[in-house]
Amino acid sequence: MSRAFTPKVVTANRLLEGDAVWLTEDDRWSPDMAQAELIDDEAHAAIRLLHAQGQRDLVVGPYLADARAGTNGPEPVHFREAFRTRGPSNYAHGKQVEL
Amino acid sequence: MYRYTDFDEAFVRTRVAQFRDQVARRIDGSLTEDEFRPLRLMNGLYLQLHAYMLRVAIPYGTLNPDQMRQLAMIADRWDKGYGHWTTRQNIQFNWPKLEDVPDMLEALADVGMHAIQTSGNTIRNVTADHFAGAAADEIADPRPVAELLRQWSTDHPEFQFLPRKFKIAITGSPNDRAVTRAHDIGLRMVRNDAGEAGFEVIVGGGLGRTPMEGKVIRDFLPRADLLPYVEAVLAAYNLMGRRDNKYKARIKITVFENGIDSFHDAVEANFAKIRPRFTGVDQEILTAIEAQFAPPVFADRPEAPFDAAYATDPVFRAWADTNLAAHKAPGHAIVTVSFKAPGATPGDATSDQMRALADLAETYGYGELRISHEQNVILPHVHKADLPAVHAALKSAGIATANVGLVSDIIACPGMDYCALATARSIPIAQEIALRFEELQVEHEVGPLKIKISGCINACGHHHVGHIGILGLDRAGVENYQITLGGDHTERFAIGEKTGPGFPAEGIVPAIERLVLAYLDLREHREESFIETFRRLGMAPFKAALYDSEDRADAA
Repeated sequence: MSRAFTPKVVTANRLLEGDAVWLTEDDRWSPDMAQAELIDDEAHAAIRLLHAQGQRDLVVGPYLADARAGTNGPEPVHFREAFRTRGPSNYAHGKQVEL
Repeated sequence: MYRYTDFDEAFVRTRVAQFRDQVARRIDGSLTEDEFRPLRLMNGLYLQLHAYMLRVAIPYGTLNPDQMRQLAMIADRWDKGYGHWTTRQNIQFNWPKLEDVPDMLEALADVGMHAIQTSGNTIRNVTADHFAGAAADEIADPRPVAELLRQWSTDHPEFQFLPRKFKIAITGSPNDRAVTRAHDIGLRMVRNDAGEAGFEVIVGGGLGRTPMEGKVIRDFLPRADLLPYVEAVLAAYNLMGRRDNKYKARIKITVFENGIDSFHDAVEANFAKIRPRFTGVDQEILTAIEAQFAPPVFADRPEAPFDAAYATDPVFRAWADTNLAAHKAPGHAIVTVSFKAPGATPGDATSDQMRALADLAETYGYGELRISHEQNVILPHVHKADLPAVHAALKSAGIATANVGLVSDIIACPGMDYCALATARSIPIAQEIALRFEELQVEHEVGPLKIKISGCINACGHHHVGHIGILGLDRAGVENYQITLGGDHTERFAIGEKTGPGFPAEGIVPAIERLVLAYLDLREHREESFIETFRRLGMAPFKAALYDSEDRADAA
């Protein structure tokens, strides 16, 4: 039996600003992870990542990150991904004040 | 201080123009990220967790007031109004936008600065004793040699594609404030039996995932042999260093795997070939550089205002007792300006603070500023009579914290609040430890104690050489902090020992508190410092304090 697939989101950093962004179902890059497409199929995840990798004039370093469904949309699983949705903990800078 | 020649100026301007073009071509899609990445790294531009980061070189940690003001301007205009002093005496800007970076580099070039070779597998910014040229215990100012090394290593064609990055540190003093034993090459100025000045050359030191103490490869190298000898070391490393495994590519592994004797033989064979090619031009250049580092004419006047303030103002006295160091010139002191106010981010300076420092350096400090690897700023030459005024100005700027060398003077890397490589956060741990000890009011009672925190195994926070080192790791998706004890970055160099299991974020501050309070019980007398007590007693009693208490549940 194959292992259960942990749902994923496609995420990257925006080329111009360098901030964290997530791929939406309608092919936009959103700074709000809740708007990301939550992917629960491994093959579809691979296709979406390939799509992201083709957008090299918009984003840098796309990858698949573990995620889970939340009340408002996908939520991070790992603390690193949680920090990427907020910004640093020492100042009110980044997404925690910009979104 | 060194002033750019026409050659330096043209070189840096050309590089800015090249990078401006490269950024434009990345943005218009002509360059892929794979093509662009090595180009941006050559110019100090990283992509971090939340934004780009620009690392600007501060050669041997020395700045003049105009340069400091320009850093403030850059922080205001293109960043979020602050910068971060690093453990390699550089400054990092955490929020630049890609298309602004060429303008930032142009603004740096306007004051003789750049971000070249602050990344990549090249010879990085040469670091030096932050008290250079001022310390009472110094043989000679190491910065002219550091500048010579900077000129020689910048764009050196043979050393642009080394197996891995390469860091050189230099000190002119027997008291090692430059961590020379943890560098790829460490240079210590020494005198031989005939009284001539030369260098002890140390190779193969480093921290990171495999910490190693550097080994002496030459106990006395004549000054005139320095460049050819360093070139011989680099040439040996360039050939012998491993390129198959990134984690085994630093010179410390080359020296370890081949043995210091065979590495030494390879270096000496290179040196015999290289030395004759150095016909003295380098020494002429060095002489010209030395003239630019001539010490200022130190004023000779009464110290009375210092004595008066010291006698009457307890806040000034506390600051003077911790933040001043002995200067070589009578009537003068070295001021360390702490960027470690409890609760603040270690090493972060606002643009207003930078401007205040520039003004102070100009008015009272013979126009000189230094950045220390401990993430503080130094006013290296201040007459004691001016210290009350300097202290008052620092108070207004919020940088008069009296804690240099104490518990709250913590080194912390940016950690997972910024860094893409980090495995855990560092900054909040430093903030909480400093705030907790402020609450306990025992910092001055505890005395000298160096806590150093890294947010990953790469050890930018020098945790291996902290008296107390803290390493942040990711254990099964949770931040976890491992403690080491007994590290020392000085001439009594030591790599800290792990205490045992790590602690979760909520357990690390109480753990550090238990260690420090245990020290207060264990020390023989008030003058025995934490590290001395550790050296006398070893790990056992500290381990007991950490793990044998009712808080055992904290340990994971």
